[in-house]
Amino acid sequence: MCREQQAGSRCDNKRSEFAPQTEERFAAQGAEIRKDFPIFNIPGENSGQIVYLDNAATSQKPHCVIEAERKFYERENANPLRGLYSLAEEATREYEEARKTVADFIGADDSSEIIFTRNATEGLNLAAYCLTELLLKEGDEIAVSIMEHHSNLLPWQQAARHAGASLKFIECDKNGVITDEAFEAAISEKTKILAMTHISNVLGCKNDLKKYSDFCRDRGIILVADGAQSVPHIPVNVKELGVDFLSFSGHKMFGPMGIGVLYGRKSLLEQMPPFLCGGEMIESVTRESAVYAQIPHKFEAGTVNAAGAAALAEAVRYIKKTGFDTIQERERCLTEFAMKRMKQIPGVNIIGSPDAALHNGIISFTLEGVHPHDTASILDADRIGVRAGHHCAQPLLAHLGIPSCTRVSLAFYNTCEEIELFADSLSQIRRKMGYGE
Amino acid sequence: MENKTFYNEILTDHNLHPGHKHALDDANMVMEGVNPSCGDDIFLNLKVENGIIADGSFQGDGCAISQASADMMLDLIIGKTKEEALELSDIFLRMIKGEASEDELELLEEASVLKDISHMPARVKCAVLGWHTLGEMIKN
Repeated sequence: MCREQQAGSRCDNKRSEFAPQTEERFAAQGAEIRKDFPIFNIPGENSGQIVYLDNAATSQKPHCVIEAERKFYERENANPLRGLYSLAEEATREYEEARKTVADFIGADDSSEIIFTRNATEGLNLAAYCLTELLLKEGDEIAVSIMEHHSNLLPWQQAARHAGASLKFIECDKNGVITDEAFEAAISEKTKILAMTHISNVLGCKNDLKKYSDFCRDRGIILVADGAQSVPHIPVNVKELGVDFLSFSGHKMFGPMGIGVLYGRKSLLEQMPPFLCGGEMIESVTRESAVYAQIPHKFEAGTVNAAGAAALAEAVRYIKKTGFDTIQERERCLTEFAMKRMKQIPGVNIIGSPDAALHNGIISFTLEGVHPHDTASILDADRIGVRAGHHCAQPLLAHLGIPSCTRVSLAFYNTCEEIELFADSLSQIRRKMGYGE
Repeated sequence: MENKTFYNEILTDHNLHPGHKHALDDANMVMEGVNPSCGDDIFLNLKVENGIIADGSFQGDGCAISQASADMMLDLIIGKTKEEALELSDIFLRMIKGEASEDELELLEEASVLKDISHMPARVKCAVLGWHTLGEMIKN
């Protein structure tokens, strides 16, 4: 896992053993990338001063994505999938091409397996609601990992309540590792569904979805994965992973807010009942009943977010143009550098693995004697944006015995200079809160 | 930025060395206050005799702002009547909204250092937790 030895262009502490040109190249690459993002280039006195380290909450948007959304409204705006005139056909074409772009991006067989949602949460709710109707019965079990974001937990709590099924939790250790014993302890012959995140939004650890999907396939268990933190940062191929469902948000992958994706296996989507009912998801309607449209439109009731879909497709093109090689290399270097600097600060306790290679850009921590909300407020005074609280993962924090924590989450457009500003600010906090050196 | 000097010595001192954070065995009024966003959870204990707050304390965990605010509040209200305490609570809550006069701010003594919390909207709930709990306790 750890590619530390392949230090071709590693970013490290200044005064390190690495050649100055390597650092220079990394910095120059970062500066070039940041030109794509208007928020880092706001003219005026505060220009460029924001240190944005809350990328797991939402990412920043490149100019091309913002333009793509604008272009739809300026040139192609009509209600897609309905109108019989050329403008509406253009809107429909743009929307359906976006679906194809997303399908290709995550390796889906067929673009009808791509359902546009508002966000990852909606996709997970859709999966939970419709699977409950389709197959969940009293006495069945749903296995859920303890590290799930509330959005991949609460829909299953509801599903269990409605069906009379029960939830079984898959425990992890303090580094986020799920042992085979812990996994199997939560599985029985009654297990119908496994809900698991790809990358934890608190620990940053990655779950081996391929291993779990192989296990599930043999036993007829449906695997519903949360890809919100993985799809923006690592190559994700649903066929290779073998998952039945994968939900993710556009806004965390440099796309706009209000558009998300649920990938679903075609054979399951076809059997599932609809989620929301209403306009443009039917073949025919009588007073008493309706024949629903084919997938994916069966699951897209009402006017869709076509401009958001078009902009999401642009975000996918932007990621491809940048390349996951570059994205992963930069985020790996930045994570390594950030953890190295954080470990030098007295009182900082990093949550999860001590190995930066296992954090995927997400570093949660506590600072001894300082409440995470105070840490975040003091960082904010230095214009550094981080997340603090329970990160919508209260059962995980309770499991780890941490009331709340502060989280830094990185993206490829962050820089070593930003990490240094953050580390310098962090190192001052205990003193500012009245603790002696 | 506005909150650059927010974590000043008065606030951090009340947080690290609170004078009123302890149990109060002879309390006759106890109420819990919770701020889910920060996870602040305090218990306010008062000993009220003949309408006067003879003694008071708080317990529990939370961020520096909630802890310091509760401690400064107790500094102010111990020895006051219930009505006077409610009046101070009203001034404090209006101060947070930027609606208290300079004269009123003087009545809040050290607690007036929290006046700029309005520049940190996410933290207002922390500052008012103790005061809200006090108000609910006395009114009920």
